Amino acid sequence: MAIITTQAAVADQPSDLSRRKFLATAAAGGAFMLGLRLPGANSAETTFAPNAFIRIGGDGRIVLIMPYVEMGQGTYTSIPMLIAEELEVGLDQVQLEHAPPNAKLYANPLLGEQATGNSNAIRGAWKPLREAGATARTMLVAAAAKRWNVDPTTCRAQGGEVLHVPTGRRIEYGALAADAARIPVPANVALKERKDFKLIGTPAKRLDTPAKVNGTAVYGIDARPSGVKIATLAQSPVFGGRLKSVNDAAALAVKGVRQIVKLDDAVSVVADHMGAAKKGLEALVIEWDEGPHAKLTTAAIAAELEKATLGPGAVAQSVGDAAGAMAGAVTKVDAIYQAPFLAHAAMEPMNCTVHVRSDDCEIWVGTQAIVRCQTGAAKTLGLPLHKVVVHNHLLGGGFGRRLEEDGVVRAVQIARHVDGPVKVVWTREEDIQHDMYRPYWFDRLSAGLDANGMPVAWTHRFAGSSVIARYIPPAFKDGLDPDSTEGAIDLTYALPNLRVEYLRVEPLGIPTAFWRSVGPSHTVFVVESFMDELAAAAKQDPVAYRLALLDKNPRAKAVFALAAEKAGWGQPMPARAGRGVALQFVFGSYMAYVAEVEVAKDGAVRVRRVVCALDCGTVVNPDTVRAQVESGAMFGITAALYGEITLKDGRVEQGNFDSYQILRMNEAPKVEVHVIDNGDPPGGLGEAGTSLILPAVANAIFAATGKRLRKMPVDQAALKQVT
Amino acid sequence: MPFTITVNGTSHTVDVDGDTPLLWVLRDVLGMTGTKFGCGMALCGACTVHVDGAPTRSCVTPVDSLGASKITTIEAIGKTEAGARVQKAWLDREVIQCGYCQSGQIMSATALLASNPRPTDTDIDDAMSGNICRCGTYVRIRDAIKQAAKV
Repeated sequence: MAIITTQAAVADQPSDLSRRKFLATAAAGGAFMLGLRLPGANSAETTFAPNAFIRIGGDGRIVLIMPYVEMGQGTYTSIPMLIAEELEVGLDQVQLEHAPPNAKLYANPLLGEQATGNSNAIRGAWKPLREAGATARTMLVAAAAKRWNVDPTTCRAQGGEVLHVPTGRRIEYGALAADAARIPVPANVALKERKDFKLIGTPAKRLDTPAKVNGTAVYGIDARPSGVKIATLAQSPVFGGRLKSVNDAAALAVKGVRQIVKLDDAVSVVADHMGAAKKGLEALVIEWDEGPHAKLTTAAIAAELEKATLGPGAVAQSVGDAAGAMAGAVTKVDAIYQAPFLAHAAMEPMNCTVHVRSDDCEIWVGTQAIVRCQTGAAKTLGLPLHKVVVHNHLLGGGFGRRLEEDGVVRAVQIARHVDGPVKVVWTREEDIQHDMYRPYWFDRLSAGLDANGMPVAWTHRFAGSSVIARYIPPAFKDGLDPDSTEGAIDLTYALPNLRVEYLRVEPLGIPTAFWRSVGPSHTVFVVESFMDELAAAAKQDPVAYRLALLDKNPRAKAVFALAAEKAGWGQPMPARAGRGVALQFVFGSYMAYVAEVEVAKDGAVRVRRVVCALDCGTVVNPDTVRAQVESGAMFGITAALYGEITLKDGRVEQGNFDSYQILRMNEAPKVEVHVIDNGDPPGGLGEAGTSLILPAVANAIFAATGKRLRKMPVDQAALKQVT
Repeated sequence: MPFTITVNGTSHTVDVDGDTPLLWVLRDVLGMTGTKFGCGMALCGACTVHVDGAPTRSCVTPVDSLGASKITTIEAIGKTEAGARVQKAWLDREVIQCGYCQSGQIMSATALLASNPRPTDTDIDDAMSGNICRCGTYVRIRDAIKQAAKV
């Protein structure tokens, strides 16, 4: 009972638009697959589709259409749980379908567009998708009651059937589909109470995994429309550069190479297979006009940001009188923090398959933002939107990279010069060197402490790129955006005098984008590291110090105390080992970490254990909650230990997993997760685990070595034992 | 020139340059897309297949080096006793998230268990540290290998 495609269903996809719709169809062996929806398979007369998320056929097939994409975070299980809970069907009874681009039907209510990001799939879906299920259930019950000529209140839906309780009569949903389709859609439906939940809160098995253990799951990179060619590409190594000249004679002589496509700022080799395309690419002799950023360095960007923070920024939050309180403080603590550019490095390299025909275009891709892909392709080709068909797929990691449509636009630019479908696959080096990066930030913080060492004043000013300003311009107001400042304002701690300022600075010559936990990946690192500095300045225990500031925030205090307790806070540690604690409220969830690290004599850091306590409101799928914490922690530890994209001569210096390292099995810590479920509406969890681990690790390193790291990644040289 | 290779018990003749990596023959020529491309430099393990039972990075394995070797891919690993156990453990332990690297993880884990039925943590580190998982499923991979080893 998984979703997903078998290769047979995709290997020879017909390209004609009349057969373009993908649908989950039952396959032999109990697996489901995303296959083709054939015309007439579900005729309008016998299909019950009360809303955009549910389709029940006269044949009994129950198809759920997924408005949020599956990129590992478990949405293709948790979203079906929300619908199935109210629809009264088991997860083994449903088949899944990727939603087509249609913002009117599938927009994320919290983002205002059809996109999966900001850890808000469950938050956005919580009410509407349960209502979608309840609506369908109400109509099916009404249809059955009408057929039996009984009072609907004597009927109950369960397990994909309607039951007439007094007589025990039953009808399957499929047999009711045609009748239910004629029932008026009710304006208001009653949602189940928490005590009646059968699925929500239970550890459901993921629906997407059976196809992922046997090679049959189909990601964007696996799309193979009939006759597809494979292309790879070289884009200007300096952002903003142009193609000056190409000698392609040697490339064209490579067996299997079919064509060289030259664009303004890129060259692509089209071939029978990726081996030939890569060999062809290596044989090209390319000259670039490197443009205005040919001398750009990371240091120059950091200097630009540093300079910006000398002036005032937009006031993100002001509480009390920070300046006055600072002037009267007994002790003052100042610090400068920096956060580097980071690449996404999803395991599935950027790719997109496109077939441009005379008056339309068909696209196969795994994307977090399908409407942007459709729009980008339509603009590039000068086609009306409805002439661009986009098939979404499973994503081999997203992390925000696949919220951007640049890869689709690039593939369309190439495909318009190619006869037939072409799959454009980026090499890992292109993927790293032409990413859109987590922004670089530069921060200045000051705090004033009273005679007891407690903070009476807090000021924080930081500068960096605003991804929101580019991505959702209306959400950037008065110099501020909700992502850049999340985690820097509305702190969990009682701080009587606080002032937080943000300066939007867009460095030229390097594109920026969302990244797993984006804004908080920086703000939480800075705030929680600095809070640790204040505890140290006050010569107090970091847990006790924070607890004293949490009395007015019981949910935060509860997770914080629980994490400390479960971690055995205060118990002795060996030499050059230490515990670090951190707390946050971001993405609508409370979370606390205690990280244990050991620092070798050569300065190498190993994270041995991570203890997490969290309160994300109602838990939908408990195992997914744990999995996302484990995953978020590993993603953040990679950033803490290794993550850094640097520029030299305008070029990204990292290229593959040797120079852009990812945490590996032998370095992975144990992760323990303790959940407080208080029944509040759900918070987000896909990203929270990433932002919080950075300060927990930095604080643990301080505990182990006395060295405060104010810039990630870890500077091993600075941690070398000097004896 | 044409090369004949044996994949999952079936012979295939492919007409590609001899230095073409096996990965692209599998994915683009034969249409077996279960084996994944991650790095192209044997740095991430996503492309792992078995060549005569040994875990092998297909992205750096030229097709002309294979001769009569028997190649096994993720599509057929469930037919081996160790492979079936590993797949089951992966599902029981809910290892998988995005899943893109998991073909390679499963191939590496299966090769480990086929040669070492009772691996220690160090054995697991040695066998699995060449396989990157960006979702960070390492803790569950370790647990699943231990489960599969116990059967």
